Amino acid sequence: MSADQRPIGEVERTNEKRERVVAALSGGVDSSVAAALLVREGREVIGVTLNLAGGASRCCSLSDADDARRVADHLGIRFYVANYAERFRAEVIRPFADDYLSGRTPIPCVACNSRFKFDYLLERARVFGADRVATGHYAQVDVDPDTGRLRLRCAVDRQKDQTYFLFELGQQQLAAVEFPLGKLEKEAVRAQARELGLTTADKPESQEICFVPDGDYASAVERICPDALPGEGEIVDREGQVLGLHPGIHHFTVGQRRGLGLSAERPLYVAGLDAKRNRVVVGAAEDLHAKGARLERVSWVSGVVPDRAVRATVRVRHRHVGASASIDPRSDGQAVVSFDEPVRSVAPGQAAVFYSGDIVLGGGWIAESL
Amino acid sequence: MRVYLDHNATSPLRDEVVEAMIRVLRGIHGNPSSAHEEGRAARAAVDRARAAVAALIGVQSDDVLFTAGATEANNTALLGLLGRCSGAAGHLVTSAAEHPSVEAPLEALERAGWRVTRVGVDSEGLLDPAQIEAAIEPETALVSILWANNETGVLQPMERIATLARERGIPIHADATQAVGKIPIDLREIPVDLLSLSAHKFNGPKGVGCLIARGDLAFESILRGGPQERGRRGGTENVAAIVGLGVACDLAQRELPDRMRDYAGLRDRLWEGIQAKIPGVRRNGSADRVLPNTLNVEFDGAAGELLLQALDVEGIAVSSGAACHSGSIEPSRVLIAMGRSPEEARGSLRFSVGCGNDTEQIDCALSLLPDRVASARQAVSA
Repeated sequence: MSADQRPIGEVERTNEKRERVVAALSGGVDSSVAAALLVREGREVIGVTLNLAGGASRCCSLSDADDARRVADHLGIRFYVANYAERFRAEVIRPFADDYLSGRTPIPCVACNSRFKFDYLLERARVFGADRVATGHYAQVDVDPDTGRLRLRCAVDRQKDQTYFLFELGQQQLAAVEFPLGKLEKEAVRAQARELGLTTADKPESQEICFVPDGDYASAVERICPDALPGEGEIVDREGQVLGLHPGIHHFTVGQRRGLGLSAERPLYVAGLDAKRNRVVVGAAEDLHAKGARLERVSWVSGVVPDRAVRATVRVRHRHVGASASIDPRSDGQAVVSFDEPVRSVAPGQAAVFYSGDIVLGGGWIAESL
Repeated sequence: MRVYLDHNATSPLRDEVVEAMIRVLRGIHGNPSSAHEEGRAARAAVDRARAAVAALIGVQSDDVLFTAGATEANNTALLGLLGRCSGAAGHLVTSAAEHPSVEAPLEALERAGWRVTRVGVDSEGLLDPAQIEAAIEPETALVSILWANNETGVLQPMERIATLARERGIPIHADATQAVGKIPIDLREIPVDLLSLSAHKFNGPKGVGCLIARGDLAFESILRGGPQERGRRGGTENVAAIVGLGVACDLAQRELPDRMRDYAGLRDRLWEGIQAKIPGVRRNGSADRVLPNTLNVEFDGAAGELLLQALDVEGIAVSSGAACHSGSIEPSRVLIAMGRSPEEARGSLRFSVGCGNDTEQIDCALSLLPDRVASARQAVSA
């Protein structure tokens, strides 16, 4: 075999003392390029695909594992499938449905990221004799020159930045993760993929939640929890006046306008979901604005809970540009966020993530809007 | 250094096999059914291989029907019944610890109205012949038993089972895929009617095997085509692979006593080392009635899938359950049938030694195993 036909990693494999790293491979462009960059650095890379859906969905299924296997073969690296389908059902899919049925709007990607792609994968990496895990996330890690602690920072390509989903990462995890794409623009990543001859270079990007590929969350909830559905309930205004009926609160999320089936003089939006009484509360556009939010399960990237209120830009959804706010940490991992200007559609179940410039300070889960 | 301890999944080709196959690939291109010299040469090569298989198993050359491996042989033995019994669904007796290539055709027969009694195995993986006897009914058309279990290596009391089936006039099929080439099998002494084997389990090529069908036992072909294999299996013969199988049989016949001694020595060295170095281990399956090369061990509290991967990173190739289960997280059916819990089954690994292994390799595996097992036991998420 001539040198140019050789898989990229094979030349290096003879070198004994290379630092071993586990690369999460999804079969997509980003994780493929991330792994390839590490191989180029001369690292001993072990590719691992998480089989989360047990073949039941598009993402992280066995067909994606086949794509990932081909990428690993192309890169000349070892490859394994890690089967976590049962855990994923219990720890991500089921809580996702429970959240909808409790009137919250979940983001399962955070638990998937912080537990499966970091905690569990890191645990597996250590059994493989590797201390580090690399992923294709768009984010950066560096050291705070003042405190010496690790910081989570936004990716250079802010359009692709995924730090909103990574806010739960703490110091121990940041010490063990690598984001090879953090300094690259998406186009540069695609170009790298083409240059490397990766067959996944032009694969469409996944946008939806992986186990709900068609974006129909209500049907997904009905599939996951067919026995726990609340059934029909009342649509009420903020004064409690009944305006109509709805097919189940899991069809709705705060800020939603479509699907209410109401005719009114002015547009009505979902302003709140009352799971106890199985009610959808509607209001006008201005009723969606919240002055703040009460957060629970708050975590701080530095590992140090501030002893007084902190000024930050707070994002309450992945695509939210952020709003200036004060964050007042409370006991028991709670915090109260007070926005300088009211913020629209603050939905319980979503994350509120705190940024200082491009540095992620931490975040928490929205328990209620205030 | 790679240490390959997964010979029950497949085994490396012996040089003698490779050389014989290359001689065919280069020099014999004829179709064995052709009447000219090229055809006669191919036919002669196939017939020599047939004689080698027959000699190893103790049958007549005419009893040997070449297939594309044991899966086809098992399917032919079982589904051939459908035609033979002309639609009248009957009854079959088998065990609860069969290979999928027997279990899946049996399930197809059940869908067609057949009744199947699956006799359970004990905690050692062994069948009780008395229970087989009790399961036999007047309509029983066949008894089909896995001779040596692929996962545990446990050997069933085939002589007694075959004898009692013969006494009742019921044909018996033995899936001997793992047994051939590892233990003596002589059908002159054991009254088995149908037997499946596969070349790649004993250093022959993949994609070739046999169904041994003795005497005048009639069955329908499942691959209908030309008159090859005396009309029992259509399709031009895979001459090079068949020749490779023949050479593997020659080698097995010559070397069997040495192989059994060597394999058992390596396997026992591995098991003794594991017991001495690693707490919380248990052997799955009988330690006496077992293939000389197979060791199935439960590592309490460790995930087999993770352990397998960690050992591979270090250069050791083993298996968790059967190779066909890779990618699925179902615990081994065989271990479940032996009364193991799903957790115990998931914590089990199969080591199978073979040609090319030596004590240095076993010691290498033993030097790496304790640390990997301890590490896998700490990983709670796997």
